Formats: sequence, C-alpha cells, structure tokens
Amino acid sequence: MEAWSRFLDTFFNLDVIERYFPAIMKGVVVTIAAAVVVTGTLLGLVLAIVRTFRLIPMNALIVVFVDMFRALPPLVLVLLVYFGLPNIGINLPSFAVLWLVLALVLAAFAEEIFWAGILSIPKGQWEAARSTGLGFLGTLAYVVLPQAIRLTVPPLTNRTIAITKNTALGTVIGVGEILNQATTAQSFSGNATPLMMGAIAYVILFIPVVVLGRVLETRFAWRRV
Amino acid sequence: MEAIIQQFFNLAIMERALPLILSGLKQTILICVLVIPLGLAGGLACAILSLSRLRIARWAAVAGIDFFRAIPPLVLLIFIYAGLPFAGLRPSPMTAVAIAFFLNTSSYYGEIYRAGIESVGQGQWDAARSTGLRGYQTLAYIVLPQAVRNVLPDLVSNTVEVVKLTSIASVVALPELLYSADMARSVTFNSSPIVLAAAIYLVMLWPIVRLISRLERRVAA
Repeated sequence: MEAWSRFLDTFFNLDVIERYFPAIMKGVVVTIAAAVVVTGTLLGLVLAIVRTFRLIPMNALIVVFVDMFRALPPLVLVLLVYFGLPNIGINLPSFAVLWLVLALVLAAFAEEIFWAGILSIPKGQWEAARSTGLGFLGTLAYVVLPQAIRLTVPPLTNRTIAITKNTALGTVIGVGEILNQATTAQSFSGNATPLMMGAIAYVILFIPVVVLGRVLETRFAWRRV
Repeated sequence: MEAIIQQFFNLAIMERALPLILSGLKQTILICVLVIPLGLAGGLACAILSLSRLRIARWAAVAGIDFFRAIPPLVLLIFIYAGLPFAGLRPSPMTAVAIAFFLNTSSYYGEIYRAGIESVGQGQWDAARSTGLRGYQTLAYIVLPQAVRNVLPDLVSNTVEVVKLTSIASVVALPELLYSADMARSVTFNSSPIVLAAAIYLVMLWPIVRLISRLERRVAA
C-alpha cells in the first residue's frame, strides 16, 4: 500500500496536476498541427499537379525536393533552419521554424502519395475525358483527381498523423508546446506528474485521429482478390 | 552567397568536426542494429496477437498498437528517460532509447504485418491446414512469406522511418550522429557540421527512398 501511494504521489499528484494543468493545456500543439496539415497537403497537391505537366527540369526539381525531405530526419531540418538561418540574417520565431519544416516534410510525402494516386488512374480515363472535349486541366480536375484522391485517403491520413506528431520536436527549439511545458513543470516541481500529464494530453489529442485513420483504411481499402 | 557558403558549407569546419561526427555515426548504426530487429520481432508478435481468436488478446493488441501510434516517440522517450527515475529506475540513454523505440516501432511494424497477413486469402490457410500443416507451420511457411512480399514496400519504408527516428535520441544526450553534429555546431557557431550530418543521412537513406518509390509503383501497377 505504501509503494502504491508513493507511485500515485509521484505520477498522479493532484496538487501538481492542479498547479500545472493550465500551462500544459496552453501548449500550442493544435494550432501548429492544423497549420502543418493544411499547408503541407495543399503544397503536396500543387506539386503533384505541376508534375502532371511533365516539364522535365521542373519534375527533376520536384523529385529532388521530395526525396530529400523524405530521407532527412525532421529534427535535423529543424536544427538546421533554427540555428542556421539567423547567421545569414533571416530570423524566424521558433514556432514558425517548426511549422515551416513540418509543412515541407508533409508536402514531400503528400506529393509522392498524390502522384502515385494520379499514376494509378488508367490512361483510358484521360483519353475518354479528352475525347468528350474537356481540356487537360478539366480532365485533371473533374475526372482524374476525384478518383486519385479517393485512393490516397488511407496512406495520406496515416502519414499526416505521423508527421503532425512531430510537433513534439518543437520542445528542442523552445516552442511552448505540451512536451515543453511538461518538462519545464517537471523540473520545477521535482515530480513526474507533469510528464504523465503531457503524455496523456498527446494521447487524448491523437487517439481519435489514429482510430479515424484505422476506420478510413478499412473503408477505402483496396482488396486483393 | 559568400555568407551562405561560410555558414553552411565551410569545409574547414566540416573537416575538424568529421571525427566527432563519425563516432556519432557509429552510435546511430548501433541503435539501428539494436532497434530494427527488436521492432520487427515485436511487430510480428503484435500482429499475431491482433489476429488471435481470443477476443481479449485481439483487443489488447489493437489498444496497445493504437496507444503507441498516438503518442509521439519523443514524448515516450522523455517520459521513460526523465520519468522512470522517479520510480527508482535509472535507465541509461541507450536503454531508454531502446525501450521507447521498441514500443513505438513494434506498433508500426505490427500494423504493417497485420495488413500483410490479412491480404493473404483464407484459402491459403485452409489448403495448408488440409495438407496436415499445423497452425504455426501454416503461418511460418505459407502465410508469412506471401504476407511479407505483399507489404515489402511498407516494411522498407518504415525501416527508413526508424533510421530517421534515431535522430531524436540526441534529446536524451545519446551521442549519436545528430547529437555530435549539434555539439560541433555549438562549439564552432557554424551550421556546417549539421549540413555534414544531413549529407550522411542522405547518403544512407536516399537510395532506399528511391527504391521504395519504385517498389510502390510496381505494386500499384
């Protein structure tokens, strides 16, 4: 019983919860995550559309951008932008650095997923649409993209969740997100409760999206015969 | 332009930082060698549990997988590294990293294996069982080989994510590639060491990323 109450006191201390609850709830995860999701997927979609014009130098640039941002760890990019840019005269606040890096990473992955979706639409769809008099952009917008985007929903959802979870990386450059508030509170209070609160806050934020991702995956699944 | 080269591509500084960064690379590889097999094994166990006939086992596996997919790996790592000492356990950075990454990557690999096993038709199970193979033999010799082939691009792609994930071990002061590069940066006030580390990550991972793109196209076709 002694050990149990000590455990509660260390990890679920009510006084500490009460004291640090407002600070941890103030963590700006939701705002940054929403900004990342919107700008990242939109930029990815735009890049995938640009790629359908098949301008060789343009496409080479897109592929290099996409590959680099898929291969580099986000934390490397965050540190590079956060410590590198001020030295050449560009000063960005830390939340902007986090948003910029994560949006670019998501854009790279999203472009690849949208592009795979566009490629999976049979050529006959393009030809049939063009033969009805639709132009190239009309075909893309009304015939190809609606089918392609449907295919991209499950992989895109999972990837978006994985990348928005990286908002926790903001703690390294001092963005006041949940984890940052939690570690600060933990060192002030000398108690592990704030860490537990931070972890629980993240789980509460992301469990619904993970479950949603699972549902979407089965709804839009492509079944092998 | 001059300033950018000075700040990001300073060869003299890169050369001085190289020994430190190479020792960091060794640690990164060590983490990968430790975590990838652990994650693959843990993921397989999760997948088998999540397809079990026992409802409790199934639910436990799915709940565990979703929980560890919802919690950011950095939060998990800091919780283990900074939280466990309050419970009287003092994990070394490497132990904390191994535990956190094992939990995180197992859940991701588990989902991939599960999708793979589900993609193998029921007929394969029935046919294998009817030849006298036992359940575990059917799984090992008939279903898993086909399942792994079906989800190979996802398995490779997740392995790339694990390698990238090792960079967050720097936050608990494990002297891996990014940590060493950041040390060099803070001593020299110059970002070139991080550019060098980024180049090393690119050399390691770019070929695999290209390969994944091609594998995915082939499966989609």
